[in-house]
Amino acid sequence: MEKELIQLIDISKAFDGQMVLDELNLNIHENEFVTLLGPSGCGKTTTLRILGGFTNPDKGRVVFDGQDITQIPPNKRPLNTVFQKYALFTHMTIAENIAFGLKIKKKSKSYIDDKIRYALKLVNLDGYEHRMPDSLSGGQQQRIAIARAIVNEPKVLLLDEPLGALDLKLRQEMQYELIRMKNELGITFVYVTHDQEEALTMSDTIVVMNQGYIQQIGSPESIYNEPENAFVADFIGDSNIIPATMIEDKLVDILGTRFACVDTGFGTNRPVDVVIRPEDVILVEPQEGIIQGVVSHLIFKGVHYEMEVQACGFEWLVQSTTLFPIGKEVGIRVDPFNIQIMNKPESEDEEAVIIDI
Amino acid sequence: MTSKNKWLSAPYIFWSVIFIIVPLGMILYYGLTDTTGSFTLDNITAIASAGHAKALRVSLLLSLVSTLVCFLLAYPLAMILARVQVKRHNFIILIFILPMWMNFLLRTLAWQTLLEKNGVINHLLSFLHLPALKIINTPAAIILGMVYNFLPFMVLPLYNALAKIDINVINAAHDLGANNIYTFVRIILPLSVPGIISGITMVFIPALTTFVISALLGGGKLLLIGDVIEQEFTRTSNWHLGSGLSMVLMIFILINMVLSAIFDKDGEGSML
Amino acid sequence: MKTIAKRIYIALIILFLYAPIGILMVLSFNESKTRAKWGGFTFKWYIALFQNEEILRALFNTLLIALASSLIATVIGTVACIAMNGMKRRAKSILMGITNIPMLNADIVTGISLMLLYISLGIRFGMGTILLSHITFNIPYVILSVMPRMKQLNVSTYEAALDLGSSPLYAFFKVVFPDLLPGILSGFLMAFTMSLDDFIITHFTKGVGVDTLSTKIYTEIKKGIKPEMYALSSLIFVTVLTLLVLVNLSPADKKKTD
Repeated sequence: MEKELIQLIDISKAFDGQMVLDELNLNIHENEFVTLLGPSGCGKTTTLRILGGFTNPDKGRVVFDGQDITQIPPNKRPLNTVFQKYALFTHMTIAENIAFGLKIKKKSKSYIDDKIRYALKLVNLDGYEHRMPDSLSGGQQQRIAIARAIVNEPKVLLLDEPLGALDLKLRQEMQYELIRMKNELGITFVYVTHDQEEALTMSDTIVVMNQGYIQQIGSPESIYNEPENAFVADFIGDSNIIPATMIEDKLVDILGTRFACVDTGFGTNRPVDVVIRPEDVILVEPQEGIIQGVVSHLIFKGVHYEMEVQACGFEWLVQSTTLFPIGKEVGIRVDPFNIQIMNKPESEDEEAVIIDI
Repeated sequence: MTSKNKWLSAPYIFWSVIFIIVPLGMILYYGLTDTTGSFTLDNITAIASAGHAKALRVSLLLSLVSTLVCFLLAYPLAMILARVQVKRHNFIILIFILPMWMNFLLRTLAWQTLLEKNGVINHLLSFLHLPALKIINTPAAIILGMVYNFLPFMVLPLYNALAKIDINVINAAHDLGANNIYTFVRIILPLSVPGIISGITMVFIPALTTFVISALLGGGKLLLIGDVIEQEFTRTSNWHLGSGLSMVLMIFILINMVLSAIFDKDGEGSML
Repeated sequence: MKTIAKRIYIALIILFLYAPIGILMVLSFNESKTRAKWGGFTFKWYIALFQNEEILRALFNTLLIALASSLIATVIGTVACIAMNGMKRRAKSILMGITNIPMLNADIVTGISLMLLYISLGIRFGMGTILLSHITFNIPYVILSVMPRMKQLNVSTYEAALDLGSSPLYAFFKVVFPDLLPGILSGFLMAFTMSLDDFIITHFTKGVGVDTLSTKIYTEIKKGIKPEMYALSSLIFVTVLTLLVLVNLSPADKKKTD
């Protein structure tokens, strides 16, 4: 891993007496694509605004490259931001928008012109110099917002739900574009989104947040495959979250039936939650299954069928390429390494959140 | 909705033609004819006569100064108000409209009581051992009266234009390295131009054409162009001359209308 | 420190706007008949007010004109907005341009032009001419506050209502009208306020012997304002203030809960 570039240390922030961030600690490395992911109100945007300098934390420090920048105003920070609804200067041409930061730094005209050309090329909008922002589509405006930020050669680019206002197809295209730009520029991206698919596609590291706390930090694979709690499991992709009891290491009682698993260290006879992804539930003939049930719902999803199976008093969500018609009796099997054991949430508060989602 | 509903505009078009277009035509007719009904430009060139020219000059000077004072007072105020939470929007507008429920003439008259030699303000000043204010019955009092009466018409368009600026646009300027002054000059000021133009129009025209404020606070010593026109209609009953002079005023109004059509295409700087 | 300076600035401006109003209220309790002297506290002008028929008649005229003109202007203006919404761009911008004329024009010019119109049409000056004039300068306020609502309106809700089998008129009152209502209400209020506060246009279009509060005060200025006028104005102001506070408190609470 590259060296640490940004440290957020014990950051707390409240608005109108309501805690938005509570003692948040986060390290961001050089050249990393970090995504802050979570539902609205989880504190992800506040975290980004604290990084950009638009919001002052009540408590805690922001350290950039070894230097404390907590009190430094946004116009003196070596980071640039791409705002949610682009925030382009509508009274200026595209070229003037892009040149804005460079003119303040008193760069030469030829330098600025070169930079404008380079940035427009990078965002695939060559020749748009003299257009006005209002004459551009949402996706194009977003690219200009990125171009306007990157010409200043920031070490870190902060992106606040930049694709939120775009339609699905454009959003997917822009995801690839962003990855390409990041690789070309070789700088750190800190990206805020509530869209788990966006996070999984683009990030090196995902920070899942909820209610002002970091729930889990990890690579997309580890967040998806090994969620540390029910919130993360539920927020990232579909999943079956089932209350269970850990009998002993590598053996868990799910709804009255013993399943082999691979997790250890949860103690004996302890209540836990298990997460099983719908694509990991294997449907077989009844006699071949560990438990038996009946298919109650069926939807064709293109890549696969999505079914609901009533078994042992629980509605199992199943994705499979093989069709099992409604009313058919089936057996259910799960491979041990696909059973993810999680500790029960500690407070009622956390429990409440899960129901909310 | 549908084009079928076009006839719905009939009452309004009918009304506008009769009560807006035709009356303006009447002014043109009277302004360009004499009492016998034959064509003449005398009523318009009458503006050049010493008395009328002086009245117009004084009116222009006083209204320009009060427009400037209104702008300088209102802009910082509107900037502060524009950053107040959105849910207070109606309340802010109300604060500036509410005084209109106290009659305009009485409100202006009250300034006499405040400004008089033995008025409230001078009592306060002498209590604080400060020199007395002697502006009643001077042009300064007229300017004060104009500023007082027309300030809301400057504040509201400015407030509306400034409140429309996305806070992130300002943040973006800071983010790109601009300090507060640079952000103001390059971003906030240009984006508020529709409000500025609308505010100037809404203050300058009534100030230029008023005829009561000078009588109430100026002691009747200064004749403004509005006073002259009013007298032509109510006392001298020379409607032709009054209309001709009104046409001169309408030139300034036209200039203002053109300006606001150019700078405020979408009505962004509107008062409401 | 900065916030304190901002607050002081706002407070000074509000003081500037409301000081004369405060003075008038104080004068309404002044025993002495002249403005210049404080003669002690009294309620007598409030009592005298209700015995002064001339003032009460002017008040009645003022309220009648304001109410009738703003109501009629609201109907014409709202209907005009609906019609304009379906118009071609060019026709619409011409009509909006005409709408702006009474707003941008000087009151004195509007007043004179209407006076000349009534004379040449041979209309007798009186309540009728005042009413017509007030409707004319009120319509733009209605249009300018309804039009933005009209632009935000989602046409598909109207079409959805038609699709679900409602008649165009029913669809309008059930679906479109509620969306326009805030704009219509604020347009009405604005029109009412402007009509109430108008002096100049009324001055030129009123007949002899017919007075609104404004023109009554204007004639009184030369003789000296009767203190009953201060009492009346204070009453009106306090009534409106109370009403507005009540109206503004309740919807704000509603908004918070949803």
